[in-house]
Amino acid sequence: MTIVNAVVQGIFLGAFYAVLACGLSIMFGVMRIINLAHGDIAVLGAYIVFVIVEATGTSPFIAFVAALPVMIALGYLLQLAVLERSLKSGILTPLLATFGLSIVIQNVLLIRFSPDVRSLGGDAGAITTSSWQVTGGLSVSALGIVILVVAVLVFGALQLFLSRTRAGWTMRATAEDADAAELAGIDSRGVYARATALAVAIAALGGLFLAIRSVFDPLSGPTQLIFAFEAVVIGGMGSLWGTLLGGLALGVAQTLGAQINPEYSALTGHLLFLAVLIIRYGGGRLSLRLAR
Amino acid sequence: MRVQRWNRTSKLFTGATVAIAVLLAVVPLVFEADVVQKLTNLLILVLLAAMWNALAGYGGLLSVGQQAFIGIGAYGTIFFAGLGVSPYPAMVLAMLVAGAISVPISFLALRLRAAQFAIGMWVIAEVASILVRLDQNLGAGTGISLIQLNQYAPNFRQAYTFWLALGFTVIFLSALFFLLRSPLGVSLQAIRDDEEAARSLGVRVAARKRLLFVLAGFGCGAAGVLIGANTLFIEPGSIFSVQWSAYMIFMVLVGGLGTFEGPILGAILLFGIQTTFTQGGPWYLVGLGATASLFALALPRGIWGSIEERLGLRLLPVGYRVVEVKGEKRAA
Repeated sequence: MTIVNAVVQGIFLGAFYAVLACGLSIMFGVMRIINLAHGDIAVLGAYIVFVIVEATGTSPFIAFVAALPVMIALGYLLQLAVLERSLKSGILTPLLATFGLSIVIQNVLLIRFSPDVRSLGGDAGAITTSSWQVTGGLSVSALGIVILVVAVLVFGALQLFLSRTRAGWTMRATAEDADAAELAGIDSRGVYARATALAVAIAALGGLFLAIRSVFDPLSGPTQLIFAFEAVVIGGMGSLWGTLLGGLALGVAQTLGAQINPEYSALTGHLLFLAVLIIRYGGGRLSLRLAR
Repeated sequence: MRVQRWNRTSKLFTGATVAIAVLLAVVPLVFEADVVQKLTNLLILVLLAAMWNALAGYGGLLSVGQQAFIGIGAYGTIFFAGLGVSPYPAMVLAMLVAGAISVPISFLALRLRAAQFAIGMWVIAEVASILVRLDQNLGAGTGISLIQLNQYAPNFRQAYTFWLALGFTVIFLSALFFLLRSPLGVSLQAIRDDEEAARSLGVRVAARKRLLFVLAGFGCGAAGVLIGANTLFIEPGSIFSVQWSAYMIFMVLVGGLGTFEGPILGAILLFGIQTTFTQGGPWYLVGLGATASLFALALPRGIWGSIEERLGLRLLPVGYRVVEVKGEKRAA
């Protein structure tokens, strides 16, 4: 029963990772770049929600809705000020530029908010405390269900957006071949800016869940980035639904590892990630190379 | 027309560099222990910058996980010293082990490209860090001191560590220098300039990249050994910290990615900044991160690369260039 419980908790945890990873997956799918500041942007989102909650005493969910326009504006700014320039100059430049940005965000948060660990769990109300005891060893928390449902809704909405709307078609066309899309009259700059704004907004949702389900501090970003990237890779880079499955697989691997020893939680996730890399990129060819 | 590598400036400067390296050897005999410790730090930064540049500047491999080898080097010293090996030989052993570990890692890591390689290396560093945390003999999460070094008087200890740092730095920078000047180096610079074009000309890109990766593994292992010896206390949180990657990226980007002299300049700059802002602190890191981003976006060749481009200076020549011979008639 404990195994079943670990898997169920892993799915809830994995839904959170999938939300974190969603924006990373969108940006990779559309622009072929990985934003190394993605985790820090999620944490920045958590702090913006935190500031609104502190100032108004409202629920974090309402504060998140209020924070959304700010995050979308930040996304546009990120694209226009940093990514657009870096896209033109090779594959390493976006990584270098966003890595620098990640250090800036972490330390600005450190200056503004001190290294104290915070949580919004207490402000979110009954949702964080209520749970159902299904059987002896299996309990299902309300928050876990909410995050799982929201994750599926986010991915479903994205699917609908990409397959049914005009803006979604232009985004897919640009992702497929930006130059050809330009020839067909699509403004790829606008598409990239929308994709980044969308990615940053969903990252902030990930930050909200991080703040409610556990704790965060100014240096939480890098860990969130690693988990998000692992989810994207496990699910297959460039595949949206793959990212959801990858997140769930990562969550389950972590909770199963924690069953053996609580300290193994992150380790088993990392090992699953490395195993996927070996299977996908190593395998038979590796032995051929060695033999030659 | 004539193809040349050396000219008067580069001969003079290379001679001066060798002279400086020789002069540095007497530093511990002349200066106080705290000066020696600071200069050891400078050598560590030079070594780290040169190794990261070998990876990114020549191999196009952007790693955010070289702290894996730094940590393995530092903890390797603790491990071998714990087995009863005398501290300094333990450090050389640890460096060799860190480098040797880079060989199996390269078979996985080099299959990955761009962001996958960058974050893949980061995850490998995280795994190494977690494994150390799980090991009580290595001090687990709380850290451990290199107590075996207490057998030496502080002045002597600092001098020995400095000499080891000087030795490692000279060995690895010379290795990179002669590697880049060898026939192999021509193919490495071709990969730097255009990987696909180099491949189509028959350069064995994968094998060349492995060479750089393993060199950087040994070099970062050596730097880790020295960091441990210079600070006497290590803990997984800081020795495996991604901050080392931030420093390396800053030094190489500001100095000049893909040039031999640039990273040395970047290391001297970072050393200057660190000595000025001794408090460190978040503002200093905001500055480092913002500067690195700005250089990546606006001045991708860094300070040295831009100087080289404008003035045609080559102080430590690893490439060739074409010069016109006076009085020679131009071919029509």
